[in-house]
Amino acid sequence: MEDIKKTVLEYVIEEYLEDEDEELTYDTPLISGGIVDSFSMVSLKRFLESKYKISIPDEKATPEAFDSVDKITELVKEFVKA
Amino acid sequence: MSNIGSYEKRVKNFNWSISEKELGYKEGDDLNIGWYCSDRICQMGKANKPALIWEGLGGKKNSYTFNDVRLATNTISLFLKKIGVKNEDRVCLFLDKIPELYLGFIGILKIGAIAQPLFSAFGDESLHVRLENAETTVIITQRKHVAKVRKIKDKIPNLKHVIIVDHDGKKPLREGEMIFSLKEETPVEELEIFPTKAESPSVLHYTSGTTGQPKGVKHVHYSLIGQYLTAKWVLDLKDNDIYWCTADPGWVTGTSYGIIGPWSLGVTQCVLDTGFSAEAWYKFIEKQKVTVWYSAPTAIRSLMKAGDEVIKKHDLSSLRHLASVGEPLNSEAVIWSKKVFGKHFLDTYWQTETGAIMLTNFPGMKVKPGSMGKPFPGITAEVLDPKSFEPVEEPGKIGLIAFKPGWPSMMRTYWNNEDTYKAKFANDWYLSGDRASIDKEGYYWFVGRDDDVINTGGHLVSPFEVESALLEHEAVAESAVVAKPDEVNMEVVKAFVVIKPGFEPSEELELKIMNFIRKKLSPLAMPQETEYVDSLPKTRSGKIMRRLLHAKEWGEEIGDTSTLEDEE
Repeated sequence: MEDIKKTVLEYVIEEYLEDEDEELTYDTPLISGGIVDSFSMVSLKRFLESKYKISIPDEKATPEAFDSVDKITELVKEFVKA
Repeated sequence: MSNIGSYEKRVKNFNWSISEKELGYKEGDDLNIGWYCSDRICQMGKANKPALIWEGLGGKKNSYTFNDVRLATNTISLFLKKIGVKNEDRVCLFLDKIPELYLGFIGILKIGAIAQPLFSAFGDESLHVRLENAETTVIITQRKHVAKVRKIKDKIPNLKHVIIVDHDGKKPLREGEMIFSLKEETPVEELEIFPTKAESPSVLHYTSGTTGQPKGVKHVHYSLIGQYLTAKWVLDLKDNDIYWCTADPGWVTGTSYGIIGPWSLGVTQCVLDTGFSAEAWYKFIEKQKVTVWYSAPTAIRSLMKAGDEVIKKHDLSSLRHLASVGEPLNSEAVIWSKKVFGKHFLDTYWQTETGAIMLTNFPGMKVKPGSMGKPFPGITAEVLDPKSFEPVEEPGKIGLIAFKPGWPSMMRTYWNNEDTYKAKFANDWYLSGDRASIDKEGYYWFVGRDDDVINTGGHLVSPFEVESALLEHEAVAESAVVAKPDEVNMEVVKAFVVIKPGFEPSEELELKIMNFIRKKLSPLAMPQETEYVDSLPKTRSGKIMRRLLHAKEWGEEIGDTSTLEDEE
């Protein structure tokens, strides 16, 4: 679980954070916070699916479910388990 | 009673002088949009009325009266003048939806310079081609976007100044960079407004075409005449409204109806500068008591997806008029909005090139869900036969949407690209590039684009631009880019890619390609699907046949491919 959180956080910082001075934590709003837009969410979903060999159905890939590293981790966990 | 009243009567008695008269403009007078949107409203006795109510990330808030707007824009104008900005210089606004974007836009216009707003999610390559084409001399940006500007600054010889509006002084500035903070500046009470005339250039918005680089659509100050009256009659803006236009001023809706329309009418507008969330949007409407809401089909469909339960948690009874723009609004969304908000979202149709609303559903008009509505009074519209460019007489028959040139907010040219501008006209008609039919009652019905341009989430993406950028990826030998159907965004970008020897097709490579384009061009241009192919279909002379790939994606008849192979 901690590994997933850390990996996702590092990936979001590396790929999506434009302001290098901005601090990103596990509960920073990503979609509603304007860090990841709805188009970019597709690439984030693709990363998760590729990294964890899972398939996240579109109805589960909502802006709310992707709104923080914590929430994304919960979502990934659900499918990794399954 | 709506502002337009009877559509039929307005059409019968229409003259653009209605707008000129209301604005107190006579032919030959000075006409400066910046003055009309700030100083004039103050002179009309609305100096203390809220002009902008802004909310940003992390609960940040700010509000500005029309007098605050007047002073802040004077201050920006003077700062620009002091660093040498002259009339008709291009000043780029590369900002999120923060107050400086709205105020900077007016400040630039007041000194007769040309505002060049660019979507802040653009990557460095998208920024580069647009600044290079416009020979931009100044860019106004913020800390989080300055890295992209630094990456390309040396490639833009005309770019003299990079102004950062939120620099905290912690990190050193580089050559050509300077700090401007509205909070630190002394408000400028008196400013000599540059005496622009009707045909003086005002705004340069970039749009994408099938071929070549993005085109800079040049607008002039006279566009105000159209933007003012359409905001009044279509958006039905009234003095006591609280108006919310969700568009980003990096695109034309965000300036024509996110700045010029409401402020020239002296109407209070509010802005939410956060990412999308249904909960946050409804909360904002409830809190600000929004009365008129102008949004986009992609956002409306995303709200639909979020469900009706979230709506019930909020009091949205302040809403009295809803309108939509960007791409055709599907009938399901129109019907849904009536069910949940008690009002239809009324579709409006126009383009960067038209500068203002052209076809629309008017307040009080019978709603036909899925229709684009009827022409704005004073606009001569038709659908034309694609071969003869003569109006199609038969109701329901598909043709090209075209307008008789001469409306006030029509583009005056494409920047440094007169040939492409001329190619937009045939038989004395302006050709929109879109196809539609007209029914027996005169309602227009959108069919699709007449070219390969991709309309994703209401924004146009050039396949050529994406294909060119893809070729810069180390693994890509050849590519073709087409639109793929999408439930929320109408269309998204799909890439067909031939990879170079030494690279293997994989999910990892697909992700790398996606991120490469997202950062280089923009998230909109990012291929949401990449299909690896051994070769691309081409004509005998080697031109890629996008039409064939497009037909495959949309499940359309491919037709006679031997004919296609002869196409040029």
